Order: sequence, then structure tokens, then C-alpha cells
Amino acid sequence: MRGGTELARVRGLGSAHEGAHHWWHQRVTAFGNLILLLWLIISLLRLPGLEYETVRGWLQSPLVAVPMALIVLNTFWHMKLGLQVVIEDYVHGPGRIIAMALLHFWTFGAGGLALFSILKIALTGTPA
Amino acid sequence: MTATRSRPLSPHLTVYKWGPHMLVSIVHRVMGVGLATVGIAGFVWWLVALASGKEAYATFLGWATWPPALIVPIGLTLAFFWHMGNGLRHFVLDTGAGYELKGNRIGALVVILGSITVTAAMWLFIFARMI
Repeated sequence: MRGGTELARVRGLGSAHEGAHHWWHQRVTAFGNLILLLWLIISLLRLPGLEYETVRGWLQSPLVAVPMALIVLNTFWHMKLGLQVVIEDYVHGPGRIIAMALLHFWTFGAGGLALFSILKIALTGTPA
Repeated sequence: MTATRSRPLSPHLTVYKWGPHMLVSIVHRVMGVGLATVGIAGFVWWLVALASGKEAYATFLGWATWPPALIVPIGLTLAFFWHMGNGLRHFVLDTGAGYELKGNRIGALVVILGSITVTAAMWLFIFARMI
């Protein structure tokens, strides 16, 4: 990274007006995924079963609901960064704009549904 | 439109001899796309069904445990461990280490064999508990 003024170099920004933040976010969320998703897999395997009451009871604990919400934020952000690179590599022309818009809708639509579902279960308990 | 004009391409996948490093990298991307689409859809379906009530959850569980469809969760498990394993390998590569031919090859093989082994072990554990 030789180009740009001293200030731009310090900020990590070149002529693209963008630094290494995409790369860095991908790495940081990857580390978050490593911790959170291994926790999720081990937690699910340790449950006595995957019946409705069992899983809802499990999800009501703050120590489960919060990591689950963090998974939605961290993993979905990692997913968006990754698919963005795939689209940039293979989709050219006007199709790229549509693909990028669909990716935004997919990320925030799926993320919103997942987050609301976690909060509903965690905050309202299981109806009798 | 410049994008539609045919331009010379640099040598790509077809001209190289396949090796574990190339396989692990390409499959990493494919697995990532699979996790981001099928994996996320399954995760969201599971949570929405769980929040919607007993019947919705029963429908989800029925599909998720239907024997012919087990290829999906098993495939997602392999995709996860492969993507995770190669992600860890990339953390090493990011430090500037692991580019020597032999070490790089071994790293790629560890990712392939490791992810298959962990996936098999996990599903043997699940099936053993169901019996």
C-alpha cells in the first residue's frame, strides 16, 4: 500500500476510498463463528432431545438466548461479507446490482426473522 | 457494454494440475455458499418454527429427521467443519506462514481428512444415541 497521502496511508485508505475493513471484518467474524457455532453444536448435542419443550426451555436461559442472538449478528454478517465476494467474482454488469440487493434482503430478512424468534421465546416463555 | 465484450482471460482452473490445496480452496467457497443459503435457511426455519408453536415445530422436525433428507444436515455438518478447518488454516496463512509446498499440502490434507473424520464421528454419536 504505497499510494495516497501520509494521512490516507495511516487510515489504510487508498484510491478506492476503502481500506482493509472488509477483509478484517471477515477475519474477526470468522473467529466469532468459531467460538459461537462450536458452542451451539456442543450445546445441542448435550440436550437430552430436540423436542419442542426441551429446546424452548433451553432457549429461554439468558446464557443461551444471548449467544444465539450473537450468532445471528456475527454469523449473518460473515455470510453477507462472503457472498458479497462471490457475487463480485462471478456476477458482472447490471445483474451484480440486483444480486447485491437480493443479498441485503436475504441477510436482513433472515436475520430479522431469526432474531425476533429468539427474543419471542426468551421473553415470553412457553405457553401452557 | 464492456462486460459483454469477449476479453482474453488469464489461465484459470482448467490449466492447473489439481492438488489438495486447490481442492480445499474451491470447496471452501462452495461450502460457504451452501452454509449461507441452505444452512441459514434451515437455521431460520428451525427458530421460526420453534417460536410459532408446537405444530410448526413438529413439521420442521418431521422434515429435518426424514431419513432421505438427512443428507442435508449431514452435508451441512461436513460443510461447517470443512469451512471451519480451512478458516483456521487461513488464520495461519494470514500470518505469512505455511506457504512452503510441503507444509501447505499437508495443511490442506489435514483440513479434508479432519473435516470428514469429525463429521463422521458426530453423526455416529447422534445415530448411536437414537438407537
